[in-house]
Amino acid sequence: MNALARLRPTQLTSTGIVYLVLVLVLVLGAVITAASGRNFFSGGNISAILTGTSILGFIAIGQTLVILAGSLDLSVPYVASLASLLGGVTMAGQTGNIPLAVVTALGVAALIGLVNGLVVAYLHVHGFIATLGMGLILAGYLGTTYKGSAGSAPRDFRLIGALNIGPVPLSTIIMLGCAVLVILLLRRTRIGHHLYAVGGNKDVARLSGVRTQPPVVLAHVLCSVLAGMAGLLLLARLSVGSPTIGTQGGYDLMSIAAVVLGGTVLAGGKGNILGTLGGVAIFAVMDNVMSVMQLNAFLQDVVRGLVIVIAVAVYARRNADLRPARFERSGAARHTPAPTTAGGAA
Amino acid sequence: MTTADATTTRGATLPMSEGGTAARLGRTLRTPGGAVFVLVAVLLVGVVAANPSFGEPGSLIRFIGRTAPIAIAAMGQYFVIVSGEFDLSMGSVVTMQVVIAGNFIGQDESRILPVMLLMLVLGALVGVVNGLATTMLKVPSFIVTLGTMLALSGLVLYLTGGAATGNPVDSFRQIGRGGIEGVPVLDVIPYPAIILLVLAVAAVWLMRRPFGRTLVAVGDNPQAVHLSGSATWWLKTRAFVLSSLAATVAGIILVGYAGVHPSVGQGYEFTAITAVVVGGVVLGGGRGWVLSAAAGAFALELLFTLLNFVGVASTWRDTVQGVIIIVAVAIGARAWQGGRRRRNTEPTTPGAEPRHTGSAPTTPPDPGTT
Repeated sequence: MNALARLRPTQLTSTGIVYLVLVLVLVLGAVITAASGRNFFSGGNISAILTGTSILGFIAIGQTLVILAGSLDLSVPYVASLASLLGGVTMAGQTGNIPLAVVTALGVAALIGLVNGLVVAYLHVHGFIATLGMGLILAGYLGTTYKGSAGSAPRDFRLIGALNIGPVPLSTIIMLGCAVLVILLLRRTRIGHHLYAVGGNKDVARLSGVRTQPPVVLAHVLCSVLAGMAGLLLLARLSVGSPTIGTQGGYDLMSIAAVVLGGTVLAGGKGNILGTLGGVAIFAVMDNVMSVMQLNAFLQDVVRGLVIVIAVAVYARRNADLRPARFERSGAARHTPAPTTAGGAA
Repeated sequence: MTTADATTTRGATLPMSEGGTAARLGRTLRTPGGAVFVLVAVLLVGVVAANPSFGEPGSLIRFIGRTAPIAIAAMGQYFVIVSGEFDLSMGSVVTMQVVIAGNFIGQDESRILPVMLLMLVLGALVGVVNGLATTMLKVPSFIVTLGTMLALSGLVLYLTGGAATGNPVDSFRQIGRGGIEGVPVLDVIPYPAIILLVLAVAAVWLMRRPFGRTLVAVGDNPQAVHLSGSATWWLKTRAFVLSSLAATVAGIILVGYAGVHPSVGQGYEFTAITAVVVGGVVLGGGRGWVLSAAAGAFALELLFTLLNFVGVASTWRDTVQGVIIIVAVAIGARAWQGGRRRRNTEPTTPGAEPRHTGSAPTTPPDPGTT
């Protein structure tokens, strides 16, 4: 646990920066919103921002797990679409069908995650390819089977998307609940620690007696289940399932961007859920401010792209300073505070 | 000759150059980078069996012309992937170039050359930005190119309003559409096929130059390359520039085929990465051949053609593509692993004797090197 104790200060500061950036974005947002004559901190606006965090939040939490394990998941938008369709069709407007529909949708999502995880862990296929392939497989299935939106959600289910407790939407509370569970998994369980170990350096983990496959499989299963929950939430909001809802949101790349924006290292083994939540919140505030400013939707993409690169550049610079120069590239940088030799600085 | 040497002096040749030409070819075909050529041949036989008229020289060369933009993009993506990075901005570079061609060339033939020059400069600029942000700011290339992808496509859509605009003069569109007419057997040689051939030769030449050799080494072990005195940042930046330039050329060809629309080029990055990976190039860098990447593009297109002829609904195309890349990489991972194991054990068995003369060096033997 010595290594872990040494890792902790770096993690905390990295998450600290994320929240510092978030505060900065909040202040900036408040000023800009005030300049256009609106109140940033009105109940309605805060509720809108929190609503904006929930869907990307679900997916980004799962994506964090997968990235920590040293993999990637590009199939999440298709899993979300499939879950929204399966849920909608199974419910068919009947309140009594809700439990069955939720179980079906999440079960299928878990199965997809299981296949992803098994392919990555046991067939040694790079996570990028395995999940890109799985995404294409699902895209073909969705395109062939469903010609448009299908199914319908009963009113009781739609309440999940609409209900607010104070200014906080129920969907955001569920998302935060999932985040707490995942944080407990990562901090308090053996497999959570193994997840970090495997993502940091698979060979070292294996030589230390860790079975390297189960954490990777678990991460993929949980990621798909969380993507499935995001799909169900989309169903609750739209009241119909749609085969394109996931891809429209661009959740695959945006969730990866949010995770990296939250300070998690793309190569794996370093990062945490709190940072990811910060990253998601930064995106939500940015989106909110840009829509208050009535910025062109396409220009919003330009701003997002620039912010992602600049923000990550700031973290990367910091991490590079903390590390001896010979561990410079992310691929080799898995293990951290090496003995403080000055030789690397050459 | 080489076989005899190998047996008499034990370990005199590198394992990769043992055996006769046929044996070496056979061994190459068993690597993922070689197997893709077998795959292309098998698929070609399959397509011709399904539709004999496809086997005529005329329609074959037209097929090559149609596949050229993807193959060129795949070769560009190869440079980036083999150096251990990703280029997700490729698709939006294609879109940007297509829109520029549509808006700036118009119906004025005299503008073709200056605008093409502008497109190449802009393409190179995107590559430089990607490369410098990756190497100097130390942002993972996945994130950098994701950022440039969002920024570029957002900008293009904003400027065009998301609709088709402009129509370049026909002589420009001939680059993608036309060809040399009246050739004896083939009937017509499409210009894209010629461009592909020229670029393929150039790419092979480039990969045999010190630049290419070092680029593969960077993908395999950046620290070693850095310590041996290469400027890794400049190597990788040039790889990104090559990738963006390849996307530019693909864009110029696509204007002829598809016309000007902001949706041209969407998803090109993933198609190119898929082609590169089907060509046996390892994500993470350091392994693979540039022509295998181009062959990967042909394998994909042949597969789609086959599915078409067999009568599979086009909506299943994605599914088949997904299954293919997972299977290809799963087999490839196994094959490269086997190769690596062989390389680790073999140099130790024959001892680390030097290749050239009997004067054994006193320096410690290095069994790890190949």
